[in-house]
Amino acid sequence: MRRFARLFAQLDETTRTNEKVDAMARYFAEADPADAAWAVHFLAGGRPKRLLPARRLAEWAMAEADVPEWLFEESYHAVGDLAEAISLLLPDVVEGSDRPLREWIEDRLLALSGASEETQRAAVIAAWRELGGVERFVWNKLITGGFRVGVSSQLVVRALARATGIEEGVIAHRLTGAWEPTPDAFRALAARDVADADISRPYPFFLAHPLEADLETLGSAGEWQVEWKWDGIRAQLVRRRGQTFLWTRGEELVTDRYPEIAEAAALLPDGTVLDGELMPWRDGKPLPFAQLQRRIGRKSLGAKMLAEVPVVLVVYDLLELGGVDLRGEPMSGRRARLEELLATGPLRARFVVSPLVTGDDWSAVRNAYTGARDRSAEGLMLKRRDSAYGVGRRRGPWWKWKVQPYTADAVMVYAQAGHGRRASLHTDYTFAVWDEGTLVPFAKAYSGLTDEEIRRLDAWIRRNTIEKFGPVRSVRAEQVFELAFEGIQASPRHKSGIAVRFPRILRWRTDKKPEDADTIDTLRALMEAR
Amino acid sequence: MPHPPPLRPGAPRPPGPSPAGRDLLLETTERGLYCAAGDFYVDPWMPVDRAVITHAHGDHAHHGSDRYLCSTDGARVLATRLGPGASIEGIDYGTDVSINGVRVSLHPAGHILGSAQIRVEHRGEVWVVSGDYKTEPDRTCRPFEPVRCHTFVTESTFGLPIYRWSPQRDVFAEIAAWWAANAAAGRASVLFAYALGKAQRVLAGVLGSESGPIFTHGAVERLNRDYRRDGVALPATSYAGSEPRGRDWAGSLIVAPPSAAGSAWLRKFAPLSTAFASGWMRIRGARRRRSLDRGFALSDHVDWPSLLASIAATGAERVLVTHGYREPVVRWLLEHGIEAHAVASRWEGEPEGEPAGETDAHEGTSAGGEMETPEEET
Repeated sequence: MRRFARLFAQLDETTRTNEKVDAMARYFAEADPADAAWAVHFLAGGRPKRLLPARRLAEWAMAEADVPEWLFEESYHAVGDLAEAISLLLPDVVEGSDRPLREWIEDRLLALSGASEETQRAAVIAAWRELGGVERFVWNKLITGGFRVGVSSQLVVRALARATGIEEGVIAHRLTGAWEPTPDAFRALAARDVADADISRPYPFFLAHPLEADLETLGSAGEWQVEWKWDGIRAQLVRRRGQTFLWTRGEELVTDRYPEIAEAAALLPDGTVLDGELMPWRDGKPLPFAQLQRRIGRKSLGAKMLAEVPVVLVVYDLLELGGVDLRGEPMSGRRARLEELLATGPLRARFVVSPLVTGDDWSAVRNAYTGARDRSAEGLMLKRRDSAYGVGRRRGPWWKWKVQPYTADAVMVYAQAGHGRRASLHTDYTFAVWDEGTLVPFAKAYSGLTDEEIRRLDAWIRRNTIEKFGPVRSVRAEQVFELAFEGIQASPRHKSGIAVRFPRILRWRTDKKPEDADTIDTLRALMEAR
Repeated sequence: MPHPPPLRPGAPRPPGPSPAGRDLLLETTERGLYCAAGDFYVDPWMPVDRAVITHAHGDHAHHGSDRYLCSTDGARVLATRLGPGASIEGIDYGTDVSINGVRVSLHPAGHILGSAQIRVEHRGEVWVVSGDYKTEPDRTCRPFEPVRCHTFVTESTFGLPIYRWSPQRDVFAEIAAWWAANAAAGRASVLFAYALGKAQRVLAGVLGSESGPIFTHGAVERLNRDYRRDGVALPATSYAGSEPRGRDWAGSLIVAPPSAAGSAWLRKFAPLSTAFASGWMRIRGARRRRSLDRGFALSDHVDWPSLLASIAATGAERVLVTHGYREPVVRWLLEHGIEAHAVASRWEGEPEGEPAGETDAHEGTSAGGEMETPEEET
């Protein structure tokens, strides 16, 4: 446990990717495979099933640290993290133990599951008395299921590749699916025979740059293929040797999250790779992204969810056909083959060829851009008809042209302290607009200010608090902010009658007075203008 | 609904609930803590005729007053902080002076060089204002001495039980190890520490375990000079700004005020690792949101156990709590049978807003103009 806690501290202490990877690689090379297997599991985001309620943990900690409940609450708010608050409040450990990680997990942590409350209490307190400093914090994080270290599973893969000398793609594939944290499974990650990973491998995604110049600078409109820019999940579907692999841009294998896509993919010929966007879709039209989020949030997908939020792959491109890499061919050629491939009925239900924006000149394109929001698209994609499918993000061949967000000037009325790295700074704000002389809250926003602005605003909030309600403060209605948001809808659930999507702070308008803020009527007008 | 009237920028908050009952020897006013019997202020935050100063940090020593009284040890750094022309009188610790018939004496607070608790006695009533203080020994200043009193005005910057300091030798060892590791990796070590007090304490703490040369930001170097003149042993340091262009900084330690974090001034030291020495670094989130590589929990304030022990050692029957976690400390004391009240101060030293007393500059109003911005230095 000590070695794993040291690894955690090293990962926590640096923001440099390379140092993180090095630290993990060193750990994997040195640690016992039984411990390393668990380390891989937790670092890659695995977490134990809910073992016990946080409330219970807090009660035991209060008793163990001899702190009354109100003081525990104050401390928790100052830290912003329960596991950390507890480890800071508990008395220091005089002489700790150094049992291996495997033992802590398999014999101590997993044993908590289903045990009686009394047994759990005794086990947790015994652990607290044995584990000091970072180890205690890590233990608390593990039992609360909140263990996060700021490394992606991709970095874990890279570290394993560095430690074993096996290619990243192979490691990634070996880690996908139901990987069990056993010593054998850890040794298998480092196996030399790599034939197993080839067939699943996706191509690197080609990404577009935001359009900054005028359309006219791009030459003739006829040289460009114009499509809608969809707000879904970019994905690659790989069908080879009778198997299907669905990868997201984050190189996460999500085949089993979209069974309807996997099923339809069985109809594709072997050696096919599609690039597209996973979209919630019904009757030939996209559903709001929030619907897809509902689905993503589910641990298991029931028939009801599958029926309520059907998903299609809106296909942008054809990267491989008949086992041949087509990326070097021009866009126009790939598009023609794609249309031909997906012309048949059963495939078309799940694989929707990305609709084209037609028109002979830039004014038609401009009109489409203006109407993008009405189609629930977030803008347009412009791709040169002669462009190859490249690697990474490059200027020139492809451009994305996103619609401008809605904006409004609003007054901050409430502030709340954040959590984690924003603990004890007020970073969550509620904003209001005027309705006949009264300020009506309509949006919450968390992001958009610099660290320096957050600190300045925090100091202002502390001095201009009207009332405190737990962690929330009402503040003097003085500070005006320009907010941006993507969507606006009538909502009977909100007091203002309005709900906005993705609200964020564009600017702190220190030049404006509260009476300069917008009114609810301005927002209603935005809604009607849609 | 009419808008609430805007608060004037910088206007003090209305004072907190006043301790009821007897006459108050010191009371909070809009200029600061005031002794009516002696007609003087303690650590006023606006110009007054006569100011008695606990220590030279910006939130305790505000410029513009006619006369200042502080400890002999603290006179030099106070003069540096307040700038030329300030009228400063120093008295030795433990020596009485009479101000309009009120007996005033200063006693070591252990916070920084020259920091003092202020003892005020009038008609048999004794008050002590702690200023900022710590009880752990510090090579750069005289150790804290508990002073018996009837009413104790205490700071509460770290007044929560989550704040418990590790022994400083462990923290200095961590700093030395971090520096050594950076030196081995060919990196410079940039350590942020408040220019007055913390910087010198850290320097004294690494004396004997250096991994390379030590450079300083101008704000730190000036105060190093004062400390050395007052007989405090510090390792050799040089002003980073005097070094030739294109110098290789690998292996060196650079001590700079926290306001230099994220500034263009830092770039020339790259490749580098950054760290902050502060009590706030006890909390992981406080370090992470500053995007620092390391945080060393080293404070010049009392932690929770020392705060409670210090209060008990004064024998005070009434405790006034200011600067920091006032409410929790007051509530704790009340629950333990000690009369306690929260006292408002100009500086809201709540967590992280701007740590009172440990800070170099509050919202740009740097007291006495002691801060050079990093840009000015290049």
